[in-house]
Amino acid sequence: MAGDRFMAARKRNALLLLLAPISIILGIFFLIPLGIVVVYSFLEPGLYGGVEWTWYPYNYGRILGWPLNDYEEFDPIYLKIFATSLKYALMTVVFSLLICYPAAFWVSRRSERWKGFVLFLITLPFFASLLIRIYAWLLLLRPTGFVNTALEAAGIISQPLDLLFSGTAVVLGMVYIFTPFMFLPIYANVEKLDFSLVRASQDLGASPIQTFLRVILPLTAPGMVAGSIIVFIPALGNFIVPSLLGGAKVQMTGNLIERSFLQSRDWPFGSALALLIMASVVVVLMIQTVKAGRAKGGRPA
Amino acid sequence: MGFLQILSARKVYQTPEGSSVQALDDVTINIRNNEFLTLLGPSGCGKTTLLKCIAGFEDLDGGDLILDSKSLRSVPPHKRPFNTVFQNYALFPHMTVEQNVAYGMEVAGVSKVERDRRAGEALDLVGLSGFGGRRPTQLSGGQQQRVALARSLVLKPKVLLLDEPLSALDRKMRETMQIELKNLQHAVGITFVFVTHDQEEALAMSDRIAVLAQGRLQQLDTPTEVYDKPANEFVANFVGTSNMFAGTVASISGDRVILETGNGRRLAATSTAFRVGDQVRLVLRPEHLTILARDETGDADVPAIEGRVRETVFVGSTMQVHADIGHGRTALVSHPHTRRGSSDIAPGAEVRIGYSAASGHLIPMRSA
Repeated sequence: MAGDRFMAARKRNALLLLLAPISIILGIFFLIPLGIVVVYSFLEPGLYGGVEWTWYPYNYGRILGWPLNDYEEFDPIYLKIFATSLKYALMTVVFSLLICYPAAFWVSRRSERWKGFVLFLITLPFFASLLIRIYAWLLLLRPTGFVNTALEAAGIISQPLDLLFSGTAVVLGMVYIFTPFMFLPIYANVEKLDFSLVRASQDLGASPIQTFLRVILPLTAPGMVAGSIIVFIPALGNFIVPSLLGGAKVQMTGNLIERSFLQSRDWPFGSALALLIMASVVVVLMIQTVKAGRAKGGRPA
Repeated sequence: MGFLQILSARKVYQTPEGSSVQALDDVTINIRNNEFLTLLGPSGCGKTTLLKCIAGFEDLDGGDLILDSKSLRSVPPHKRPFNTVFQNYALFPHMTVEQNVAYGMEVAGVSKVERDRRAGEALDLVGLSGFGGRRPTQLSGGQQQRVALARSLVLKPKVLLLDEPLSALDRKMRETMQIELKNLQHAVGITFVFVTHDQEEALAMSDRIAVLAQGRLQQLDTPTEVYDKPANEFVANFVGTSNMFAGTVASISGDRVILETGNGRRLAATSTAFRVGDQVRLVLRPEHLTILARDETGDADVPAIEGRVRETVFVGSTMQVHADIGHGRTALVSHPHTRRGSSDIAPGAEVRIGYSAASGHLIPMRSA
């Protein structure tokens, strides 16, 4: 009996010891800054930057519709920009899914040597700076860039297409950046899919489409969900791609936040915007958690 | 007249190194209705390839597959009236046991009421009623095996294909399942084609056994015939244990054949298929050999084999006696230990080994 208790205590100590480094790092570099952001979002912006230490819920009001009368006014533009961000983030998720899902199946059926090579190729872009890679797209898409020159030379178009500084360019850039993050979780899932289950489904009389919908899709869904979340979260708050490839035409919430902090020096407003993005991400994650719990047979773990 | 005919089936695989392997070479088997047919052979003999070709996962490179006088070559696997029990069971992990069993009916559009009723019956049949709500991962290997059986049998296939389904079970469980499978096959009246590399399993369960080696059919017959009258050297070695002697037919009187080995040893057998001067091999199963007691003479004109006991292994029902019989050869005798003279058998003892000519089976020397 005493031995049992001793073992339990030892287990608890080992757990604490193992969790200590991550707890300390997250505590210092995540929770404290997050706390600052939360507090700031409820403070009044100072006239020349900084904050006034007074209760001020109107940062959220400006965005969601209860502005402080005669000083700030409610402008639906913020919600519109937020909706645009959601749209582009979702489009990024959908397109990278469409690219990565079939690709993962293709790669998983290659020989071991091929697989290693393809996985290397997928991590290859990380060797170059993100900024440089986005600038490269700028060069490709601009009116005198590679794409337009090539299309003109081929006689397909007579004058340059307006590719750059558009929603298309932003989605293209984000799909390009986030594809590896979508590919890896899907690939890990598809790779361990037991192919004999596909055979079993065929054997039991299911057509290829039925087999896909009832066996392959449900068994590879966790990878797709994980990839989608990993892509959706940073895509929603992204500001580098829209500011370089979207120009003045495309605004995402990320650009708005960046401007609030760096140009208007309105830290409380930027904090409120940032927290709204975070809140929507948390909602998505909670829906996913509840669904995953239900898929496991509804039994609480 | 076969009910499912495999006609001159051929299948060639290309290895990654560029060479080709003949996985099936001119295999013809007429599978009868309601029989338990076993495809037996060592790994790589083509038995699993043949099963995949029947199921439709692989296409034949030559020959044909005929069910009720129609070719199945162009029929995709999901349209063939066969079902497979896979080696690893291949149960769908995201479905309950009941959903697994109902899957085939569901994709075929059977109504929910009908599905539930038939799935319930199938689970009853394999002794798993009450397990419908569980996940496959919550079941033991033997139970998963039964779910896989129920999932296939519920569709009432014309042929049930079983790909080494018992190989993952422990010995006791395997023996239980052997009997259950055999009973199940009688109960449902469905043709079973069972793949195994385990000759004991094949002998215990089958109506007929097709022995395959290197893509070729070696013998197709009942278990007793395959064991007692192996068609060739491969079958004699693969199914059971054999003492084999190569020799030339020296004389024939009636069905009694006397052959002489290269060392001048004279041995007796029963056969009418050979002529004097033919090169043959004599197959003697260990249990057909006995150690003669000192005063025993054995079979009249069958010369006893003289030997010296090298080693004895007691295996319970019998004593396995390894005896040196000269010219560097060893004979394996399976001697009932309750038999007379057993106490004299000890390493180093001089013994005479007797057998009856009727138990001596002759096979032709492999033609070059």
